Amino acid sequence: MSVTTGERMVRVSPLRRLLVRPEMGAVAGSIVVWIFFAIVAGSSGFLSLRGTSSYLSVSAELAIQAVPVALLMIGGEFDLSVGSMVGATGMIIAILSAQYGWNIWAAMVAALIFAVLVGMLNGYLVIRTGLPSFIVTLGTAYILLGATTGITSIVTNGLTVVNAIDQAPGYSAAHAIFATALGGGQQFPIEILWALALVAVATWLLLGTSFGNWIFGVGGDAQAARNTGVPVTRVKILLFIGTAVSSCLLAIILDVSFTNADVLRGQGNEFYAIVAAVVGGVLLTGGYGSAIGALFGALAFGIVEEGIVFAGVNAEWYKAVIGLILLLAVLLNSYVRKLALEARR
Amino acid sequence: MSTTNTQTAPLIDVQHVSKYFGTVIALKDISMSVNAGEVMCLLGDNGAGKSTLIKILSGVHRPSEGRYLFEGKEVHFSTPRDALSVGIATVFQDLAMIPLMGISRNFFLGSEPTKGWGPFRRFDVRSADRVTREELARIGIQVREMSQPVGTLSGGERQSVAIARAVYFGAKVLILDEPTAALGVKEAGIVLRYIAQARARGLGVIFITHNPHHAYPIGDYFTLLNRGRSMGTFAKAEISREELTSMMAGGEELEELGHELDEFARTDKIAGAQLAEAAKEFKAEAEVLHEDGQQPVSERERDT
Repeated sequence: MSVTTGERMVRVSPLRRLLVRPEMGAVAGSIVVWIFFAIVAGSSGFLSLRGTSSYLSVSAELAIQAVPVALLMIGGEFDLSVGSMVGATGMIIAILSAQYGWNIWAAMVAALIFAVLVGMLNGYLVIRTGLPSFIVTLGTAYILLGATTGITSIVTNGLTVVNAIDQAPGYSAAHAIFATALGGGQQFPIEILWALALVAVATWLLLGTSFGNWIFGVGGDAQAARNTGVPVTRVKILLFIGTAVSSCLLAIILDVSFTNADVLRGQGNEFYAIVAAVVGGVLLTGGYGSAIGALFGALAFGIVEEGIVFAGVNAEWYKAVIGLILLLAVLLNSYVRKLALEARR
Repeated sequence: MSTTNTQTAPLIDVQHVSKYFGTVIALKDISMSVNAGEVMCLLGDNGAGKSTLIKILSGVHRPSEGRYLFEGKEVHFSTPRDALSVGIATVFQDLAMIPLMGISRNFFLGSEPTKGWGPFRRFDVRSADRVTREELARIGIQVREMSQPVGTLSGGERQSVAIARAVYFGAKVLILDEPTAALGVKEAGIVLRYIAQARARGLGVIFITHNPHHAYPIGDYFTLLNRGRSMGTFAKAEISREELTSMMAGGEELEELGHELDEFARTDKIAGAQLAEAAKEFKAEAEVLHEDGQQPVSERERDT
């Protein structure tokens, strides 16, 4: 049989092949901001164990939400309710355990069930109505925030913070699993391991399973995926459950670490998670990206947020830097995607 | 080309099919069939009813009148999945391919091979890559990496991959919706060659096109549609390329086009002269077609 050889067999330079990977921008970005703050704030503690621990823990907390959000975005949808979900599930755990004396593990299971149900509802509403998930989940975000504040106020006679979670039965075991510190000088919170485990699972799902292939498919072209037999509705609903459950995990970690819950906890995370995912190479239009990219997006975010503090300027500057990085990342991503489609021409 | 005309029923057989959308007659009294190992070309200009007929064949629409038989038994498909499950695969123009996904991932999307069990069941990337590589090599496409995005393939190769996928997953009938439209000459050649290969493997192929130059070399039968009606089905032996071309680009259409351009020529001050010239050419071509059914000299490839 005759064969068309030639143009498509051209060797591609290893550098270029590396460059077209979705997570490259975030890896490079993390290195650049780390070097920057190592120079600017290295002498004031950024490079110390405490400094490293501080940005790793911020990054881990963000990554726990950003990685499932990245999967959802690869699947072509947004979830703006992940911030309010932290407040809502955190408060469920706090009220049930600290106010009503439940075993904290039972309270966690209740919160988890609640998260699964809200995730299913988000996915179901998006699929059924055909409305953009951006709007639908914005709606659920406000419903969650408002209802959490209202119900907490009724149950606690006007409070927005519930304390004394550490008095609940089962707390010490929960602390060992969700809030203990590890490493040299007990500096590193265990949430870093949770984030890494989540990234490993997400990467395996995305690249190693049929389900991962479906995620890329439904995000790239839902109709085409449906035509080839991908259960589009099931995939999207599972991804929404994933973002809700990961928000519940973060709420558990923060509740147990701080021994309290705040109705406003997590507000803004919905956008930080999207920033981390996009900086990590996830396309806003879906169908492209990686979990490792989102991890490095979160890492860059954490380095900037904590690095600014060590640099000794007003901490709010970090938002300006994050905004700048986001814009650069989006530009870089659209260029990388172009490169990916041309890479072997 | 060998047509395996056995005594068995045709794979697809539509009889006196009509389709109305409200008061609009999209198709009227169409009959056609395709056997295993045959290429049936469905020709017609824009608006001739080709897409409506494809949509009926592929299960998107139901016919308003007439019968649709698959392997001799009447069928009523309500979705393309129904048609696919009996072995009628339609490669639509948009191909159901995802440009940023890798070739083998696209190839197996929705039907991924797996290994392992229970929660550890995983997408067998290696075997997906191997099968895709083999299937592509079979149609003469050599790709360096199966993970490279489908978007890096040319239009003709993408068509071929889509067809290869349909064949691999057990299609008995392939319906190809304008697979050579928007392709260059060389690219169209790749697709035509693959249609021939699919036929040689015993598939029935329905090849929809408005280009008689692509249809004639590959087709065994030709059904011509015009304004929702069939102008007849011809075996290759019964019709010459010239006759096919002249029936497609009917003399009257060309004449009509000439008149229309004349009309524009009178009102258009800037391009009037050129338009008049073009109108004259069309009329001359129509004249030639009328006289002896010859292919006009100035006929160019429409798709290049």
